[in-house]
Amino acid sequence: MKLTRQEKEALRDPLFDNNPIALQVLGICSALAVTTNMATALVMSMAVVFVTAGSSTVVSFLRNNIPPNIRIIVQLSIIASFVILTDQILKAYLFDISKQLSVFVGLIITNCIVMGRAEAYAMQNGPWLSFLDGVGNALGYTIVLVAVGFFRELFGAGSLFGFTILRPVTEGGWYEPNGLMLLAPSAFFLIGVFIWILRVWKPEQVEES
Amino acid sequence: MQYSMKYIFGFAAAVCFVCSILISTANVGLRERQEANKLLDKQKSVLQAAWLIEPGERVSREGIEQIFENVRARVLDLTTNTLLDDDAAAAFDPERAPEAAAPQNKAGIRFMPEQVEIYEVIEDGQVAMLVLPIVGQGLWSTMHGFIALDADTRTIRGLTYYDQAETPGLGGEVDNPRWKRLWQGRLAYDDDWNVAIEIVKGAAGPPEEAPHQVDGLSGATLTSRGVSEMLQFWLGENGYAPFLKSFRESGRA
Repeated sequence: MKLTRQEKEALRDPLFDNNPIALQVLGICSALAVTTNMATALVMSMAVVFVTAGSSTVVSFLRNNIPPNIRIIVQLSIIASFVILTDQILKAYLFDISKQLSVFVGLIITNCIVMGRAEAYAMQNGPWLSFLDGVGNALGYTIVLVAVGFFRELFGAGSLFGFTILRPVTEGGWYEPNGLMLLAPSAFFLIGVFIWILRVWKPEQVEES
Repeated sequence: MQYSMKYIFGFAAAVCFVCSILISTANVGLRERQEANKLLDKQKSVLQAAWLIEPGERVSREGIEQIFENVRARVLDLTTNTLLDDDAAAAFDPERAPEAAAPQNKAGIRFMPEQVEIYEVIEDGQVAMLVLPIVGQGLWSTMHGFIALDADTRTIRGLTYYDQAETPGLGGEVDNPRWKRLWQGRLAYDDDWNVAIEIVKGAAGPPEEAPHQVDGLSGATLTSRGVSEMLQFWLGENGYAPFLKSFRESGRA
């Protein structure tokens, strides 16, 4: 399948050039909460991919029929339905991880990325483009979450996906786990470093002072 | 484009209708699986408390169900300190159990259920272990767990928390298998049947030398204290002590 230039842009731009977390600084709160290990970060990201892509597509299908004065609440209803659906599926098929994610799956509703894309993109573009845009933005979110989750789990618990890499002292190894990595502030530092590296690589993202 | 009032209301109603159909279908369709998961998760915690499965060990659904054939769930009425018969127990719903204001305690428990589900581990037709639910305040969170007692009702066979949100790496270490292993073989009560188990600062030593003490969690004094207070309460007169006494006298072990 060959994508047109516009389609490629919708999918690729949000990864690094217009990353929702790093440039728009949206969706930070869940990025702090679910990144203590890789498994939760990845499952949360997949949930966001599903919700953003799904809701953007549906909103785009309806975009010419939604009365403007109730458009926000209509978008919210659609997003909320997708979120509840995701939550139900996780509880049925990935129970252990859904227990760790607890309320944060439900809180995808308040993730500004999802509604931002519905309002800013899906209301103006066709369903296929909106779908790609939703997937792209959610993957931009995924990149940051997985990067943060990687460092937090590796240095905070000495493992990745639950498999021990650096054997911690508490299990008779040599590695003294960095407790800060398991606390929320470390995600702030890591996202900060991520933004720094990204802006050294792409200086056009630096704001004018 | 201008939309009429009628259209707006109609559109809103249609969106709500479609969304609610979707969600109710998912809910009804997946409920059975979700309930099964919840039950399995609880059974797993019970088995972990009793060390019938190792922490972190991956056990299949069938594996857990098979081990659980030797575990009997009972409903204990804490107002009369008797076990309900099977018919009454079948009607028991933990979420609807009546609650009463808890007597004064240091474990941060304000309300306690009048009925709780407990588990008897059966070996050779005899009760070999009792697994009792415990709950209380840690530093940040309400901690839910199980304590497994030997049939002598004094020797602790294990302790586990299945739901807590203490600081990861500090209080969260209540989940650490190495720490949980320290509880095995300690004595919950002294010779006069007063609750004696407590968490001390530093290392307590092996059970033979310090039968009533368990190592504190370093950097988590308040979580450790929460665990001590919780055991003090639940194993005490207002908790399971009267039931455990009648259990010893019944000679069912």
